[in-house]
Amino acid sequence: MSAQPLLQIRNLSKAFGGLMAIQELDFHVNKDEIVSLIGPNGAGKTTFFNLVTGMIPPDAGQIVVDGHDIVGLRPNQILERGVARTFQNVRLFPNMTVLENVLIGQHTRTGTGPVGAILRTPAFRRQEEQAVEKAKETLAFFGSRLVGYRFDQPANVLSYANRRRLEIARAMASEPKLLLLDEPTAGMNPRETAELTELVAKLRDEQGFTICLIEHDMRVVGRVSDRVVVLDYGTKIAEGSYHEVANDERVVEAYLGTKAGKAAS
Amino acid sequence: MAARFHRPDPRRTVVLGIAGGLTAVFLSAIGMVEEFIKRSLVDPEVVLGYVTIALVPFVFAYVVARPPPVREGIAPVRPGPLTLAAGAVAGLLTASVVSLFVVITTEVNVRGVLQNVSPPLLETLTFHRGVGQGVVWLLVGGTLIGAGGAAVHLIPARYRRPVVLAVVWVLIFGLLQVLIAQIFRGLKVGDTVNPFLYKGSRGLTIHGAITVWIAAFLIALSLEGQREAMRRRLAEATPAVRRNYMLVGLAVALLILAVTPQILGNFLSEVLDLAGIFLLMALGLNIVVGYAGLLDLGYVAFFAVGAYTGAVLTSPSSPEWNPAFTFWAAIPFIMVAAALAGIIVGTPVLRMRGDYLAIVTLGFGEIARILFLSDALKPYFGGAQGIIRVPNISIGPVEFVTSQDFFYIIYALAIVLIYVSWALQHSRVGRAWMAMREDETVAEVMGVNIVAAKLQAFIIGAILASLGGALFAHKIGSIFPHSFNIVVSITVLMCVIVGGMGSIPGVILGAIVLVGAPELLREFSEFKFLLYGALLIFMMQMKPEGLIPSRQRAQELHQDEAAQDAWLRREALGDTEPEPAK
Ligand SMILES: Nc1ncnc2c1ncn2[C@@H]1O[C@H](COP(=O)(O)OP(=O)(O)OP(=O)(O)O)[C@@H](O)[C@H]1O
Ligand SMILES: [Mg+2]
Repeated sequence: MSAQPLLQIRNLSKAFGGLMAIQELDFHVNKDEIVSLIGPNGAGKTTFFNLVTGMIPPDAGQIVVDGHDIVGLRPNQILERGVARTFQNVRLFPNMTVLENVLIGQHTRTGTGPVGAILRTPAFRRQEEQAVEKAKETLAFFGSRLVGYRFDQPANVLSYANRRRLEIARAMASEPKLLLLDEPTAGMNPRETAELTELVAKLRDEQGFTICLIEHDMRVVGRVSDRVVVLDYGTKIAEGSYHEVANDERVVEAYLGTKAGKAAS
Repeated sequence: MAARFHRPDPRRTVVLGIAGGLTAVFLSAIGMVEEFIKRSLVDPEVVLGYVTIALVPFVFAYVVARPPPVREGIAPVRPGPLTLAAGAVAGLLTASVVSLFVVITTEVNVRGVLQNVSPPLLETLTFHRGVGQGVVWLLVGGTLIGAGGAAVHLIPARYRRPVVLAVVWVLIFGLLQVLIAQIFRGLKVGDTVNPFLYKGSRGLTIHGAITVWIAAFLIALSLEGQREAMRRRLAEATPAVRRNYMLVGLAVALLILAVTPQILGNFLSEVLDLAGIFLLMALGLNIVVGYAGLLDLGYVAFFAVGAYTGAVLTSPSSPEWNPAFTFWAAIPFIMVAAALAGIIVGTPVLRMRGDYLAIVTLGFGEIARILFLSDALKPYFGGAQGIIRVPNISIGPVEFVTSQDFFYIIYALAIVLIYVSWALQHSRVGRAWMAMREDETVAEVMGVNIVAAKLQAFIIGAILASLGGALFAHKIGSIFPHSFNIVVSITVLMCVIVGGMGSIPGVILGAIVLVGAPELLREFSEFKFLLYGALLIFMMQMKPEGLIPSRQRAQELHQDEAAQDAWLRREALGDTEPEPAK
């Protein structure tokens, strides 16, 4: 384990009006770790991702990525520093093709401007070719589901599961150090969920991404997590290995009635 | 399963029949019918006024009688006797409303409010036979036309499109007599063909109309079915073959462009020049609105900046400062001025979205016009007197004087800008714009620098419009502030929206049709904005993606949904797909 965590959150707070969505949260993700963030609905998990990616500003606290405080940076600058995410309610670019969606992920990793594009300079062509090559490679990570004739299909014709996969591919293409996945298996059938669980593990083992994962499906959490952090009402109520957390009294209490059944299964 | 006969919904029939009547009354009351009555399409009897009013029951009855689309798993519904009856009823209702209107307005003078509801209009609507007999004619005619509209559905599917298309072509030949007769003259066959087709300037002859119908019918019939095959062939072609197709297409297009002004003569070239200048602007606005999704309602500002910069730099009599550059020497300065204007408009609206952006840009458009008009800047831009004596453009010793000459410059520039649009669209910059258009928040989270992308769109859009503006100044020879009003912005926006946002072929079609057609159809010019408005409403309801959508591929693939479903089923059944290498 490296000396300095990849993501270090200190004393992070965010309120929406009177609602404390995140309260004095301390949190870290080490390099090469898979950390799961769980908690009942409305616990503030997605809000946490929104804060880390700069979509909303925190009221207080520090968000340090790789040694640099990123509070106040624009979302695109944060992506450039190596934090990419997916969305709980899949947000692709629906009228753009599968390939174009992934190419957008590489936007900050490429650099030609309008002049190069108009003149079709050799540098432009080379970069474009490489980007397409890389996008195809990224999509191949999901087997044969998003390749071939799929490349040129608009994202809105994809099945739900494929949209989720494409969103992950788009995030992967930005070559992030830290990948934030917001409920990647939501809405998938058990077979698809099992498959994606393996892929999440592979994202770390083979692709080398550090991952922070929001997930309601406890089987997924149990299978992939090195560490689990439990949020409730914007505060951390437990942290530890999956087994420690699953048997924690406060966690069971927080989940009672809502997710208890799922957590036990 | 045996096909059932279609039973049109009675309520819908009544509602649409009455709606048709109100539409016809509306068209009459605004003076359209009276205005169009003077225009003969086919001599002696078919005049545009009656065609317009007859189209109303025809179209409404067609809609009333349309059977529901054939869907899988549902027994198909065939048009039957009730189809015709419904059409006839709808037509009768339409005619009844018009009759009621005629009767009422004969008794009550409403000219104080509706000044177009004049005795001549009433005579027109009653076919000069007096109210009593006229109303009978109206009702009988409406019923028959309604039945005719419904009868379209009874034509066997294979012939339906060709039959209707051929009629449309006859109307087009009648309407665009000026253009078509000139094309035949340009092709040096005018002396033989035109007297056969046309009767002086009174529209088609009867045998001319029949000939056009038959020819159009046969061509449409032979092309029917070919379209699918052609599209498939194109879709299946290898990139190299497709490239060849493209090159051939390009060569043909260039050839046609090269001879167009010679064939069309001066007047029609003038019309195309105007359309071409709007095309240049529409290409620019397409980048701003179509690609980047930034609704700019003050786009005329950039057109004005280009025109004024060009005029100041080239006119020997521009006030205060007149370097009297050539057009070519002025271009870099025009582009720089436009880029600055783009930054000026773009910067304050960087963090705005949607409606706010539209309103602020609307303001900028007006500000630009008022500035050029203002006394403060009169020493530079001449105020209301504008700038005159903008010279012609010349290349070496060749001077471009006539509208035929200008055609080449405008469309050469259009080709360059089309290429630029295409190149940008298929690049990192274009993709960033489109992502921003689809979802600005997500685009930013995925690394797109929104500030840079917006400014780039504004600057490039401004440069394209300014080039159009400069050409406009040279073409007209003098510029005045009032040429740069909001109507220009709206017209350009119409071209982009109706053609298809983000679609280059769509924008080309939009500019030619929306700007060129009203010039050719003088009768329509009074109703231009009414028709624009109606067209916009129609497009937004029926075809919001435009005439030529930018993602035709997407549409094609929609038809492939069956294939996709099969694929999904396979997936659900648990096929064993190869995993990526471990
Ligand atoms: N932009 C916002 N404005 C106001 N309130 C918000 C906003 N975003 C989130 N909230 C509120 O903050 C709380 C936390 O929401 P959040 O989406 O982070 O929950 P979550 O843990 O992701 O829940 P779920 O499991 O349902 O996705 C909720 O009560 C939510 O209504
Ligand atoms: Mg959430």
